[in-house]
Amino acid sequence: MRSLPFIAICTGIALLAFAGLRATGNGYLFVAGYIVLQFVVLATAWNILGGYCGYVNFGSAAFFALGAYTSVFFYKLEEIPLPIPLLIVAGGIVSGIVGLATGYLTLRLRGAFFAIATLAMAVVLQTLIVNWDFVGGSRGAYILHPENLELGGFSLPYSEYLFLLMLALALIAVAAARAIERSQLGFGFATIRDDELAAEASGVPTLRLKLIATTLSGALMGMAGAPFPYYIGYLQPSSTFGLEYGVNSIAMPMIGGTTSWIGPLLGALLLGSVQEYARVTISSSINLLIVGLLLVVFVIIAPNGLVGLVHQRLRRKP
Amino acid sequence: MTALLHVERVSKRFGGFVALDGVELAVAPGERLGLIGPNGSGKSTLVNCICGTLQNEQGQVYFDGAPMDGLAAHQRTHRGLARSFQLPRPFVSLTLADNIRVPMLYTVHKRSGPLHADSVSARCVELLSLVGLDHKAHHMPRDLTQVEMRKLELARAVAAEPKLLIADESMAGLSHSEIDDMLKLLMTLNQRGITIILIEHIMSAVMRFSQRLVVLVTGRKIADGRPEDVVRDPEVVRAYLGQ
Repeated sequence: MRSLPFIAICTGIALLAFAGLRATGNGYLFVAGYIVLQFVVLATAWNILGGYCGYVNFGSAAFFALGAYTSVFFYKLEEIPLPIPLLIVAGGIVSGIVGLATGYLTLRLRGAFFAIATLAMAVVLQTLIVNWDFVGGSRGAYILHPENLELGGFSLPYSEYLFLLMLALALIAVAAARAIERSQLGFGFATIRDDELAAEASGVPTLRLKLIATTLSGALMGMAGAPFPYYIGYLQPSSTFGLEYGVNSIAMPMIGGTTSWIGPLLGALLLGSVQEYARVTISSSINLLIVGLLLVVFVIIAPNGLVGLVHQRLRRKP
Repeated sequence: MTALLHVERVSKRFGGFVALDGVELAVAPGERLGLIGPNGSGKSTLVNCICGTLQNEQGQVYFDGAPMDGLAAHQRTHRGLARSFQLPRPFVSLTLADNIRVPMLYTVHKRSGPLHADSVSARCVELLSLVGLDHKAHHMPRDLTQVEMRKLELARAVAAEPKLLIADESMAGLSHSEIDDMLKLLMTLNQRGITIILIEHIMSAVMRFSQRLVVLVTGRKIADGRPEDVVRDPEVVRAYLGQ
């Protein structure tokens, strides 16, 4: 399927989902759906570097938090608050630049060393934010938003507005990942994952491609983080840089399958929903336990994720 | 003679170990050169310095008249230098056809402008049939035997449409008839105008293939000339058989 029909179909499905949620009249579903969609963006973004290129990033939370703190920065700076779509672009730019810089400094490292470097980067950035008073420092920052979005006589509850924004971002992320996968760039990424020396010998400019991947991946994570302060209302470093984002961004693609765009999407929808459900019904801190257990199970029975399981089935049939 | 490849006093150290010590080498366009030497004599290091996998500390590599100093491996591939690896390094998550497609997309594309998707696919099939793997175009590398893996390695190097091909021990571990296949393949490539450096331990193959033979021992070139003369050279005999 070409890109345009694919995007059209996905947009159709997304709008149907939105209409369906509205029809239930349950406002909570938008609040929960936002978190699930946010994970779709994060998992897809992680997968561009981690799944396609084979570089495991443990610092996803930092890129996410940078996007969020970019919004806080503009919120504190401006008398008239910037519209959130603009903040999403700004967050994407900031995290993209940091992604590029991180890539430049660390991509000569491979395997575990790269992973450790990204973890270190996250710690450094968190320390910077904690000590930066303007954006709230360790106290955190309050972000107030109106109850409804008023747009030329048209009124929409803010939670639905944020949900729609995240829905659009998820669409963009998934469509971008899918387009990359089928392009020359995607081929190049796969050769980097398989064998960098052989990739260079075949003429693939590996360093440049890896920088493209870190920038894209970082930018998407930042975009996912930008609306977050408006969603949560009170942003503090310890939770924004928290384990939840770093671990989930890795676990979701792993459980879904890392070699194609559909893996992170499935993983995020599945794991995100289960976590949200458990948070409400059992306990608010059980979600990481679920992620951990599922990850262990999948590593043992389906190391290539759900997508890998399906492929295996299909291959066994004929 | 204007050499296609000119290696000028190239030296390379790994810590205190001198892997290459002032190696001089010139290869003419269209030539078939054999490069031999005992294990650890620096053959693969020389290939790595020529292809940009390693950067030499001293000396200079000229290819097609231009200095290669500081150029990354992929930039040298774009200029027409291709190599196969001693141990095959296929892209394991790509089919054979896609393995061949990579150098076409990233090297040929770059050199001669965008190719049509159909012509890329046709060329993939053509190259795979050249090495006798066309029937496995949609298989994964893990389905291949060792000799097929080496053929894929060569086909991928050739797919970059190189001026110079360096085949690093593409025959190790192969049977006699498989070696014959490989030699035939290399001869065909040479007849199509590709200059070839063959690095090999199997002397019968090297002697049949090479127009000129170069011997490396402990990082130095000790002989360079007609194969028949070189193998009689007392210094070469001493290096191989001891005294």
